[in-house]
Amino acid sequence: MLSNLLHINTLWVMASTMILGIAAGGIGCLAYWKRQNLMSDALSHAALPGVVVAFLIIQEKNLLLLVIGAALSALLGAFFIQWFTSASRITEDTAMGMTLSVFYGVGVMLLAIANRSPGGNQSGLNNFIYGQAAAMVRSDVITMVVLAAIVIFIIFIAFKEWKLFLFDPDFAKGIGLSIRGMNVLYTIVLVTTIVIGIQAVGVILMAAMLIIPAVSARYWTHSFKMMILLSSVIGGLSGAFGTWVSSTGSGLPTGPFIVLTSAAVFTISLFFGKEHGIVIRYIQFKMQQRSSRLDHQQVMTGKGGRSQ
Amino acid sequence: MLSSVIHVDDLSASYQKNKVLNDVSFEVKKGTITAIVGPNGAGKSTLIKTMLGLHPKLTGNVSFWGNSFKAAKKKIGYVPQRGSVDWDFPTDALDVVTMGLYGKIGWFRIPSKKDKEKAMNALKKMGMESYAHRQISQLSGGQQQRVFLARALAQDAELYFMDEPLAGVDASTEKAIMTILKELKSNGKTVLVVHHDLQTVPEYFDHVLFLNKTVYAHGETEEVFTKDNIATTYGGDMQWVGKGDQYVIQSTSH
Ligand SMILES: Nc1ncnc2c1ncn2[C@@H]1O[C@H](COP(=O)(O)OP(=O)(O)OP(=O)(O)O)[C@@H](O)[C@H]1O
Ligand SMILES: [Mg+2]
Repeated sequence: MLSNLLHINTLWVMASTMILGIAAGGIGCLAYWKRQNLMSDALSHAALPGVVVAFLIIQEKNLLLLVIGAALSALLGAFFIQWFTSASRITEDTAMGMTLSVFYGVGVMLLAIANRSPGGNQSGLNNFIYGQAAAMVRSDVITMVVLAAIVIFIIFIAFKEWKLFLFDPDFAKGIGLSIRGMNVLYTIVLVTTIVIGIQAVGVILMAAMLIIPAVSARYWTHSFKMMILLSSVIGGLSGAFGTWVSSTGSGLPTGPFIVLTSAAVFTISLFFGKEHGIVIRYIQFKMQQRSSRLDHQQVMTGKGGRSQ
Repeated sequence: MLSSVIHVDDLSASYQKNKVLNDVSFEVKKGTITAIVGPNGAGKSTLIKTMLGLHPKLTGNVSFWGNSFKAAKKKIGYVPQRGSVDWDFPTDALDVVTMGLYGKIGWFRIPSKKDKEKAMNALKKMGMESYAHRQISQLSGGQQQRVFLARALAQDAELYFMDEPLAGVDASTEKAIMTILKELKSNGKTVLVVHHDLQTVPEYFDHVLFLNKTVYAHGETEEVFTKDNIATTYGGDMQWVGKGDQYVIQSTSH
């Protein structure tokens, strides 16, 4: 196990899933307050056909090009959702559910075709479904780290703009922030994070990397900045730890271990979180109850205990 | 002579097939406080949103100091209806008020200590300084309204639009808010307020705009705030009940 940890390639891969987790945790907070958690799930599933089509065209596994294909098909999915919702009576969640399953279905079908093509079987395309961080080569890692770093930079440079955009877009527009611009930027960073993550985590579980750290962080803080920071930290640690665990067995998928790690953090937060964690809330309630009971008794005895 | 701050010409707006504003035209002079009154669904909020470019207009023209909204927006403050934002959002009162300064601070810059002080002063004016670091979700409705107004004050605008700032607030909050509005007026600022309580209109406002899809009457309160105008604006299902000098409107619909 230790020798495995020290293996230089494992370290590289761990570093890349960590930075991916940081980006996903940050973006997840934006998605959380945009009330668009299902959207990230729809977009990650919608990325699959793009990956396979890109592979069928270029006939080799170049992550940057596959990622571009993924981004295009995720954006197409986003466009469909938007269009269905505004041009018909279909509600947004229905449109998301439909887009998610149809795109994923097409992706799996194309994958079957690609796997029959010469060289397709060894391409590792299947990894895009459940995620296999160990399948990443040096250039993949670099692509991922560079893109994730850009995403993190965009989140952190515009803290107060994101806050205003998410809290009160009408007011933001009134004081000159372009809401359309922010929406475009948001979609770009969201899609970028999703598509760079799908090889390591898989399209099925990618959304969990965005959602779980954000809801976990919500239990610890009342400040937007702290929530983003915490969510990023949780995402980063889950990414690194999940990758390490999955690398201890051969061929274990990475995605599930990352998700399980962050789910464990979520469980702890749910119970022990400083803000509205179940246990903390219970203790606070009991303490209140006891102190008001004491007050009550004092009042009673002060009155001479007649009402007893 | 007083100069006009707002010119609205022939403005109309709709939601899908529903036309909710038709041929709205009026002018507002500098240093006045105008009440926009009309029944629920009359299009009061829509009028404000359309004037501020938050809702697309079908036809017509709106200008501020003779310029487009875009050129004038730095001088315009907007207090939306309280229900328009997510009060669960993780932030505190002081932070929300600081948002009023973002336009001045500039994009991608962090608010300075001085900015925080300015925001704190605005909170003080609304009697909310002890709640500065309170989570906004833990404020009462009236306190949230005060925070919104403090944000508008921090903006230090020339022209204010407020959508029902007095809705659901108690008497002391109402007093506090009206004092601030009067102060704004005496400083030469112009204020438009969507207002629901007809009884207090003559006391609080020097101008009234009756709106129900279109403008029914507009002018100085003394002149246009009449039984007839109220009755026509609020439509046939409303009955006028005069009780001395009290203004009471009763709905006769069930
Ligand atoms: N987002 C929307 N989509 C469709 N119709 C809308 C929308 N918002 C408002 N409307 C309709 O437009 C009309 C005017 O609404 P508006 O909110 O401007 O009324 P209002 O005068 O502000 O009412 P209130 O006193 O209840 O706040 C109403 O009939 C309403 O049903
Ligand atoms: Mg309204």
